[in-house]
Amino acid sequence: MIFERRLLTESRGAGLVSKLWRVPWLFVLLLAGVAAIGYVALWTAGSGNPDAYAQKHALRFGFCLVIMLSIAFIDIRLILRFAWVGYAVALALLVLVLFHGNIGKGAQRWLDIGPVQLQPSELMKIMLALGLAAWFHRASWERMGNPLFLIPPALMVLVPVGLILKQPNLGTALITAMIGAAVFWAAGMRWWKFALMAGAAAIAAPIAYENLRDYQRARITTFLDPESDPLGAGYNIIQSKIALGSGGLWGKGFLQGTQGHLNFLPEKQTDFIFTLIAEEFGFTGAIATMFMLLAVIVFCYIVAFRSRHQFGRLLAIGLGTNFFLYVFVNVAMVTGAIPVGGVPLPLISHGGSAMLTVMIGFGLLLSAYVHRDAELGPMRE
Amino acid sequence: MKFWPGRRASGFGANTNIKREEERRRTIFTRRAALLGTLQLGALGFLGHRLYRLQIEEGRRYATLAEENRVSARLFAPPRGRILDRRGDVVAGNRLNWRALLVAEQTADVTATIETFSRIVPLQDHEKARIERDIRRNRRFVPVILREFLSWEEMAAIEVNAPDLPGVSVDMGTTRIYPETEHLAHVLGYVGTPTEQDAGEEGLVHLPGMRVGRAGLERFHDRVLRGRAGAVQVEVNAVGRVIRELDRREGIPGQDVQISVDTGLQKAIRNKIDEGTTAVLLDARNGEVLAMATKPSFDPNIFNSGVSAAQWRQWTASRSTPLINKATNGLYAPGSTFKMVVALAALEAKVCRPGDIVHCPGHFDFGDTRFHCHKQSGHAGMNMRTAIAQSCDVYFYEMARRTGMDKIAAMSHRFGLGVDLDIELPGTRRGLVPTRGWRQAQGHPWNIGDTIVHGIGQGFYQLTPLSLAVMTARLATGRAVQPHLTRAIAGQPLRGGKPEDWPSLGIPEADLRVVRESMWAVVNGGGTAGSARLPGQYGIMAGKTGTTQVRRVSREQRERGFNVANLPREWRPHALFVAYAPYDNPVFALSVIVEHGTSGSGAAAPLARDILVEAFQRLPITPAPRDPRVAELGR
Repeated sequence: MIFERRLLTESRGAGLVSKLWRVPWLFVLLLAGVAAIGYVALWTAGSGNPDAYAQKHALRFGFCLVIMLSIAFIDIRLILRFAWVGYAVALALLVLVLFHGNIGKGAQRWLDIGPVQLQPSELMKIMLALGLAAWFHRASWERMGNPLFLIPPALMVLVPVGLILKQPNLGTALITAMIGAAVFWAAGMRWWKFALMAGAAAIAAPIAYENLRDYQRARITTFLDPESDPLGAGYNIIQSKIALGSGGLWGKGFLQGTQGHLNFLPEKQTDFIFTLIAEEFGFTGAIATMFMLLAVIVFCYIVAFRSRHQFGRLLAIGLGTNFFLYVFVNVAMVTGAIPVGGVPLPLISHGGSAMLTVMIGFGLLLSAYVHRDAELGPMRE
Repeated sequence: MKFWPGRRASGFGANTNIKREEERRRTIFTRRAALLGTLQLGALGFLGHRLYRLQIEEGRRYATLAEENRVSARLFAPPRGRILDRRGDVVAGNRLNWRALLVAEQTADVTATIETFSRIVPLQDHEKARIERDIRRNRRFVPVILREFLSWEEMAAIEVNAPDLPGVSVDMGTTRIYPETEHLAHVLGYVGTPTEQDAGEEGLVHLPGMRVGRAGLERFHDRVLRGRAGAVQVEVNAVGRVIRELDRREGIPGQDVQISVDTGLQKAIRNKIDEGTTAVLLDARNGEVLAMATKPSFDPNIFNSGVSAAQWRQWTASRSTPLINKATNGLYAPGSTFKMVVALAALEAKVCRPGDIVHCPGHFDFGDTRFHCHKQSGHAGMNMRTAIAQSCDVYFYEMARRTGMDKIAAMSHRFGLGVDLDIELPGTRRGLVPTRGWRQAQGHPWNIGDTIVHGIGQGFYQLTPLSLAVMTARLATGRAVQPHLTRAIAGQPLRGGKPEDWPSLGIPEADLRVVRESMWAVVNGGGTAGSARLPGQYGIMAGKTGTTQVRRVSREQRERGFNVANLPREWRPHALFVAYAPYDNPVFALSVIVEHGTSGSGAAAPLARDILVEAFQRLPITPAPRDPRVAELGR
C-alpha cells in the first residue's frame, strides 16, 4: 500500500502541462467533427430549425467534452484502483432504475442527472469494460486457463445483462454481453471455451425467444419479413430504406430531403438520424460519416497497441468494441440489415445518455493513452 | 488485496520469468485484438457495401418511390366505450361531431391556409394558437383539428371553398357526452385532450379528437374504454391526393362499462340535498355503490370542448370546491357514528360486557381535565345498548380509556376506516384513524386524554363519507365488503356481486348483534333519531347519529348556556348519520354528512330516511320476513 501511495505522489510531479501535451488533440478534433455532423443532421431533423435539437446537441457535447478531458487527466493507476467503485455504482443504478421503473411506463429506464438524462444500462457498458479490464490486467496466460479465475468476471457480465434483460431491453443486453465477450477474448480466454459458449447460446436462443415480450418478438418477425406489418415496425424499415436509397450518390442537398415520407420516420432525430444524413448528403456523405466513425474505432486500437500495460489494452478494446457496436447496430438497423432495436448513433443522435457515457468512456481511453507508459505492477501467474 | 503484492516478493529469476510471460501475453493480445479489429472492419465494410447497394445500385428505384409515390399513414381514433348505469342507460356516450381537419404536409403554406379558413369559419386568436401548437407537436401527416362541432352552413362553406383550402378536410368524429351533466360528474369524471405523458406505446395521442380519461371512472377504466386506433395506409401523389388504399387495419372500439349507480336514484338524492351535503348509498350485501351524491358539482361536458380560464378560476377559487368529490375526498371527524367501532373494540378486548353499567354525571374527569357529555345533566346509568342509543359520551370516554387507542384503530381498520378502499375512483383519500405511533412519529406524545377524546369520534380523525358507508355495510353484514362501482365490462359481470364473494370480518356474531340492536334502538327504541323512523311499509332502519364540532366550545360559552343555533353558519357543527335497512335483512347502507347541519338527529337523520324511502321505491328488493325479536326490543 505504501508503495502505491508513493507512485501516486510521484505522478503528480509529472505535471499537468506535460499531460496536456500528451493528450491526442487530433482525436479530440475528430470527436468534435463527428459531433458537428450530428449538429448538421439534427438541424435537418428539426425541419430547418436549429433550436429544435441542434443547439442542445452542441451544448451537450461541450458539457461532455469537459467531462471527458477531466477524466483524461486522472492518473490511470487511480482509475485502476477505483475501477470496482465505478462498476458498483453502475450496477447500483441499474438496480435502482429497475425498482424505480414500476411507477412510470416507458420512461422507467432513465434517471435525470444535471443537464442530461442517464440510462444506467448505457453507463454499465462502459463500466463493464473498465471492471473487466481491471480484473484481467495482471492475469497471465496460465491464469486465463483456470476456470475458477473466470467465474467472477463471468458473473460481472451476467448479472448486469440479466438486470438489463429484466427492464426489458433485449438489444442493450446483447450488446453488453458482446462487450464482455470482446474483453474476455482479448484477455486470452481459450478459444474452445468461446466455441462452447457459442454452442450453448445457439441452444438457448429458441428458449429465450419463447420468453421475449410481444413487442420484442414483433421486431424479430418483422425483420424476417418486413412487409408483413407495413404500419408497424416494418414500416419504419421500409421508409428508412426509401429515404436512404433516394439519396443517391450526392444526396438531395442540405435541408432538401424533408419530403413527406421523412415525416413518417419516428425518432428520426434519434435512431434514424443516419437516414437523414444519407438522404441529404447521399452515399458520399454517408460513407464519409462512416469513415470518421471508423477513425474513432481505429484510434481505440491504436491506444490498445501502444499501451504498455494490459489494463490499458483491455480497456481500449472494450471501449472500442462498445463504440463499434453502437455504430454497427445503428447503421445495420436503418439499412434494414438487423431488427430495429432502439440503438442511437453515438455523438450524432439526439439524446444525452449515449453521448455522456460514450464520452466518459473516451475520457478513460484518453487517460489510458496519456498514461500509457505508467507502471501498473507486475503480472501474477 | 491479494492482487497487490509488493515488488519485494519477486526475486531476480522470477523477474525474467515474468518478463517472458508478459511478452507472451502481449503477443497473444496483439494477435487476438488484430483478429477482433479485422472482424469489426469487415462488419463495417459490409454496411458500406449495403449502403452502396441501396444508394447507388438501387438508388434510382428508391428515388422514384420517394418522388412520385408517397406512402402515407392515416390513423383514426376508435369510438370510446360507453358507460352505462345500473339500468343500462347511457351515462357517458358519444355524439357525432363534424369537424374540419388540416394535414400540414398537404399544404405549401400552413399559415396562409389557416388564414383562408379563418375567413370562411372565423377562428379566435386562442384557437389559432392551439392549431399552430398542434401542428408543431405532431408529425406533419397527422391531421390537426381546425374547428369542431361544425354547423351545416359552415360545412357547406368549407366544401365550396375546397380549392382554396389545400390539406383541409371535413370528417365525422365523435365526442364525449354526459347526458346527466352534473349529477354523475364526480363518479364518471371527465375526458380531456391527451398530453405527451399519456402517449404510452400506442401513439394514440396523435390522433385528432382523441380524448383520454382525466378523472373518475373515465380515468380508471381509460384502457378499457379507449380501444385501439385503426389505421389506413394509402399511396398519395405529390400534392397529397390519395391514389389508392394499400392497407387498412380496423380499430378496436372501446368496451362498454356498466356501473352500479342508479341514475334516477342519484338524481333524486341530489335534488334533496343542499350545498355541502354528501350522501353515499351502498348495497350492503356486496358493496356496490348505488348512489354517491354531493353538492355542488360541475358539468363534465365542459371539459370536452376545453375549459375556459375564467370557468377554471371560478371552480378552483370557490370555497365549496365543486370539482372535488366530497364522498371520496372530503375528510370529516366521524363523531358519534364512530361509537360502534369503539364498542366492538371494547368487547373484543374484553374490557367490558354489554350489560356493564357506567354512570354518566354529564362529564368525565380524568386528571385535572374535564370531558363533557353532550347532555349536561348526565345520562345516569348506561349500558352499551343505551349508551349507543342515547349517544352517551361519558360511557365511551370510559370505554376508550379501558381499551386503548391502538386497539380502537385496529378495529376501525377492519371496518374500512382509514385504509385504502380500492374503489375505482383515482385520487380517493384513504383518510386517517390516529394511532399512538402516528402521533409519536409527528413528534408529539400520545396521552390517555387523547384516547378519551377519540372514544367519541372527535380529534385527529379524517374520514371520508364513503368509508363511513362502508363501515355501516360491514356492521350490517359482518362481511368485509369493498365499495365498488363497476358491475360489468363489455357485458361480462365482474366478481364481487354476490355476498359470498366477500370474506367474513371475523367478529363474533354476538358482539355484532349488540351493536346492531343498539343501532336499532337509536331509531326505533327511544334513541337520538326517533323522529327519522321509516314509514312502516319499508321495514325498519337502524342507524347512528353524529354531531361534530368544527370549533371548540369554551367553558364560558358552556356556562352561559351555549346554543349552536346562534352561531354563524360556518361555525356550526357538522351533522352525520349512518344507517342500514331493512334491519332484519340489510340491503342498503348509507352515510349522510350535512356540513354545518348543526345536529345529526335534526339534519342528517331525516335526510337519510328520505333517501332510503327513495331507494326502496326505486330499487327492487326482496322483502324479508320480519324478525320477531324486533318487536321485543322496543320495551
